Order: sequence, then structure tokens, then C-alpha cells
Amino acid sequence: MHSSNGRPVQYDDPWYDAVASGWGEPAGPKAPVSPARNEAGEVYLAVQRSAAFQEVRSRYLRFVVPAVIGFFVWYVAYVVAATTAPGLMARPVLGAVNVAILAGLGQFLTTFVLTWAYARHARLRRDRAALELRWDTQEMTRGARGGAS
Amino acid sequence: MSGDHQTPALLLFSAFVAVTLGITTWVSRNRQGSAEEFYTGGRLFSPMENGFAIAGDYMSAASFLGISGLIALFGYDGMLYAVGFLVAWLVVLLLVAELVRNCGRFTLADIVAARMRQRPVRIAAGTSSVTVSVLYLVAQMVGAGSLVALLLGGTSGAARSWTVIGVGALMVIYVSLGGMRATTWIQIVKAVLLMGGAIALTVLVLVRFHGDFDQLLRTAAARSGHGEAFLAPGLTYGGDWTARFDFISLGLALVLGTAGLPHILSRFYTVPTARAARRSVVWAIGLIGGFYLMTIVLGFGAAAIVGPGAVRASNAAGNTAVPLLALDLGGGAGSTGGTVLFAIVAAIAFATILAVVAGITLASSASVAHDLYASLRRRTSEPRSEVTVARAAAVGIGVVAIALGLLARDLNVAFLVGLAFAVAASANLPVLLYSLFWRGFTTRGAVWAVYGGLLPAVALVALSPVVSGSPESLFPGVDFQYFPLQNPGLVSIPLGFLAGWLGTVTSAETPDTAKHAETQVRALTGAGAV
Repeated sequence: MHSSNGRPVQYDDPWYDAVASGWGEPAGPKAPVSPARNEAGEVYLAVQRSAAFQEVRSRYLRFVVPAVIGFFVWYVAYVVAATTAPGLMARPVLGAVNVAILAGLGQFLTTFVLTWAYARHARLRRDRAALELRWDTQEMTRGARGGAS
Repeated sequence: MSGDHQTPALLLFSAFVAVTLGITTWVSRNRQGSAEEFYTGGRLFSPMENGFAIAGDYMSAASFLGISGLIALFGYDGMLYAVGFLVAWLVVLLLVAELVRNCGRFTLADIVAARMRQRPVRIAAGTSSVTVSVLYLVAQMVGAGSLVALLLGGTSGAARSWTVIGVGALMVIYVSLGGMRATTWIQIVKAVLLMGGAIALTVLVLVRFHGDFDQLLRTAAARSGHGEAFLAPGLTYGGDWTARFDFISLGLALVLGTAGLPHILSRFYTVPTARAARRSVVWAIGLIGGFYLMTIVLGFGAAAIVGPGAVRASNAAGNTAVPLLALDLGGGAGSTGGTVLFAIVAAIAFATILAVVAGITLASSASVAHDLYASLRRRTSEPRSEVTVARAAAVGIGVVAIALGLLARDLNVAFLVGLAFAVAASANLPVLLYSLFWRGFTTRGAVWAVYGGLLPAVALVALSPVVSGSPESLFPGVDFQYFPLQNPGLVSIPLGFLAGWLGTVTSAETPDTAKHAETQVRALTGAGAV
């Protein structure tokens, strides 16, 4: 990703623009910390403090934190029960189907349901707000660099 | 398995190799040779394509043959693997996929290094990524060698060695000539073949029992010789407390390791947006979940139709349960249907291995070129094109994997896979989650998190019964076994998280709030994502 003289290649694509100052660029001489860089940092701090971003973040965390705790506890409980309480797991329920088989299929079912619920929540409650924030932020970072880079 | 199975199986193997080489030449026609194209295929795959490719990247021969074989031999205990391998995807979906797509470019280290001092963090994350990849790669190569030898009837050492060398050469060709685009299409083709094969066999098993799942379970339990116990946990992991803790350790490694596998993370960079990354994981969960449900039917089907005795007689680890089941479902040994179905299953297993090793080789060559070489090369030396380095790295990794695959060919494959997952969960996951979610995380914390998970995981395995102190271990003659469990996850995963926390609270460095703001805003909105 470097031109032959070792300097970062300049792209016209605006997506590269926002990351041009050393983001993910491992090699080559370090770009000096320019005032533009600090202003871009200010932009991200300002966006992070904005009410719109706080809302997107809290919607994400309010769904993900309970969901992760829930499925992790359910999975660990399943593994621990399978290894320490085989008697309980072997109890027959219907025909040859016992508690263990139902619990295993239950893990599949909860995984599918949680996947569906998460995708739906993200699509309806997060995607639009996140996209608007994305364009606004990119507009502001470009402004902070004076549009010169 | 007699010689008349070999010809159709070999024909199908050759056909698959020809098709994949065709794909490789076709996609590399008019490439510009940019790193973007080599590592990510231009980031223009659709969610459905990427979902199939993720499924093709993830479902190894260990899943297809290994899990159903375990179910055929030990009943319910094999099913625990299928559950762990699937539930792991919730960690990926909820915590990792979208944020990784937004924050990174090519590798895991990109995400961590964005907030930290580049050099130490890249070296650490690159080292652990390459370690995980090589372990996983060796597991697949060893599996390929014994599998092909078994399926083709020749158990001679030469057949195995040539298979390992052949698989290694093919994966290097796919990756170094075709990059991510060829790798992705090979994985998509493989996923379609694998799903098709699994669906066909599952339908045949269910037709045999007139759609009565209860009858299938009863027959399996009756033929197993264990009765009702066959349908409940405990046949393999129900012994002493060491065996139980070992299984809990493996369960943790499976569910937390997937999100730290470099070749899975690199798949999220091949789609244009975080939304597309999420939709590809939804596709992948549908495919993988459906596949493991079918694996369970195939496992119990093999127990009911073939019988655990015949399975064990063919391969003690149960790896040939599904091919034997196919032979029976097609009409039995000697019949045309049986021979054809057997050959198809063998070819699908071969395709599975090739697609998985190509994905791992690509991800580890990215880690070598983008993280390690870029950080370690001498500043004064002439800068080379990153893609050239990555191609060379793919060849180098291929050579290392072939050599280790030949050396380790008597090692248990399931153990190597479990170890790769344990190292990924201990060394990669803590640093990834801390970087994405913890404001106060520092460079020292990141470096400690990686090494604090990686070193204990490797050391505990070296001191475990796998390496010494028991008749089945790698060095049965000596005894330096101090750690009772085969899988280190139960200890090393908490150590990785602990080391990251300890490194952060003891470091003098003030966390850069602006960079944290940038990571968080990028992660959740996609602002500035490439």
C-alpha cells in the first residue's frame, strides 16, 4: 500500500480519506501528528458525546449485554449439567427422547431465535441512525482537514 | 474398503481439483495486484456469498466426519461438540462481526493497533494469529492424510505423505495465485457440495426409518450395546472429575475460540459494510446450524444402520462412519449405488479439507505480511510490495504446514483442533474484546493480554497428558506431566483476560481518549471504514 518512495499512496476515494493518517498503515515513515489529525480526533470526541451517538450505543448495548449473558449462562449450564448431572439428563420425556436431547435441540433453537431477534433489532432500531451518523462524521472529519488531504 | 471404490472417488477428486484450479485461473485474469484485492477480494461479495463462504471456511472435515463419527460411537456425547460449534457463532454475531468490519482492514492486529503503539501490538497479535493458524492447519493436513488414505483403502505411509504434500501444494497455489477471490469461490462451491451431500444422506436416513426420528433413536440405542445410556451424556466424559473438567474446558474453548480464529475474522472484510457482515453471519448461522442438525441425524443413523462395531472396526476414531453409512444407503458394498454414494462422500470430504486449508493459509499469510513483516523489517531496506510478501508468506506457511503435517501425522486431530480453538480463545479474544469495549485499555494491556493467553495455553499443553506421561501421549517414554487436563482453555482463557486487565492497570500510559472515541464511533457507525 505504499508508493515506491515509501510515502502513503494518496487516494481520491473519500473512504480512504478519513483513514489516510496512518490508520492500519504499519510500515513506512510515521506521519507526523498534524493539527488536522488532532482536529479529526476532536470530531470523533464530539460525535461520541453527541446525543444521537449515545442513543445508538445504548440501543446496541441494551440488547447485546443481556443477550450475551443469557446465552452464555444457558450454554455453560448445559455443558455443566451434561458433565455433572447425567442422571437428570437421561430422564425420558417422550419415547426415546430424553431431557438431554431436548436440551441440545433447545440450544439450537435459542441460537436461531436470538440470531433472528438480533438481526431484526439491529435493522429496525440501529441501522438508520448509524448510517446518518456515519455520513455526518465523515463530512465533519473532511471539514476538519480543510478538504486538502 | 476394497479397490473398486477407488476409481470413482479418484475421478471425483480430480474433477474437484480441476474445477478449483479453473476458478483460480479465472479470478486471477485481470487483477491489479493490490493488497485490498489480495486480502479481501475487493470487499464486494454479497452477504449470501459471504455467508456460504463462512460456512465453507468453518465446517471442516472434523465436523462432517468427526462429529457424526463420535455420535455413531458414543451417542449423545458427540452432540455436545455440534452444540458448542454452533453457539460460538452468537459471540461472533453479537460482539465481533460488525465491529470488526468497521474497525479493521485486513487482520486482527489492525483493530488493536488503531488505539495503541503499532509495533509491539502488531508483533504480539501477529504472532498469536500465526500460531493459531498453523495449529489449525496442521490439524487439517493430518486429517487429510489419514482420511484420504482410509477412503482410498491404502493405509500405507507413502499414500498419507503424498496426500499431505498434495494438499499443501494445492492450497499454496490457490492462495498465492488467486488470493481472497479464488479462496472465497472455492469455499462457496465446497459449502454447496457439503450441504447438498448432507441433505441427500439425511433424507435417505429418514426415509429408511419412514420419517420416524424416535424409531431411529431407539434402533441406534439398541444396536449400540449401551441401551438408553447411548442417548444420554456420560459415555466418554462421565468418568472421573478430570474427564468432566476436561470437557467443560473444551466446551469453553469451542464457544469462545471461534470469534478469535483469524481466518473467520478475515471473512468479514470481504463485504462492503457492517450490515452486510451481519447478514453474512445470519446466513452462516442458518447454514451451519442446519448442517450440524443433519450431522446428528447422520451420526445416529450410522449407529442404527451400520452399527458401532462395524464403524470401530474400520476406524477406531469413528471417522469413516459417514462414508460407511453412504455405502449402505446406496445399496451396500459392491452395488453401483453404494460405490457412487461412497465416492461422492469421499470427494466432499476432500473438497472440505481443501477449502478450509486455503482460508487458513490466506489469513496467516496476511498476518505474516501485514503485521509481522511490516513491523520487523529493517527500516532501511527497500520496501517491497505487501502482496509480494504475502504470496511468499503463503508459500512459506505451506512448507511449514507440510513439514509439521508429516511429523505430526500420528497425533489425534480432534486434540489439535481443540488446542487451536483454546489458543484463539485465550490469546485473541481478550485483546479483541478489550480493544473494542474498554476505554482504559493500553498498549501494555494489549501485549500482556496476547502473551498472557498464548504462553499459558501452549505451556499447559506441553505439561499435559497429551505430550507425556501416558501410553497415548506424544512422548510416551518420559513423564513431565504436571497439568491433568488435555484442553488448557479452562485455565488459559481466564488468564488471558486477567493478564490484559493487569497490564492495563499497572501501565503508566494514559489511554488516548480521542483514539478510543474514534474506535467506538467507527465500530458502531462505520464512519471512515474502508
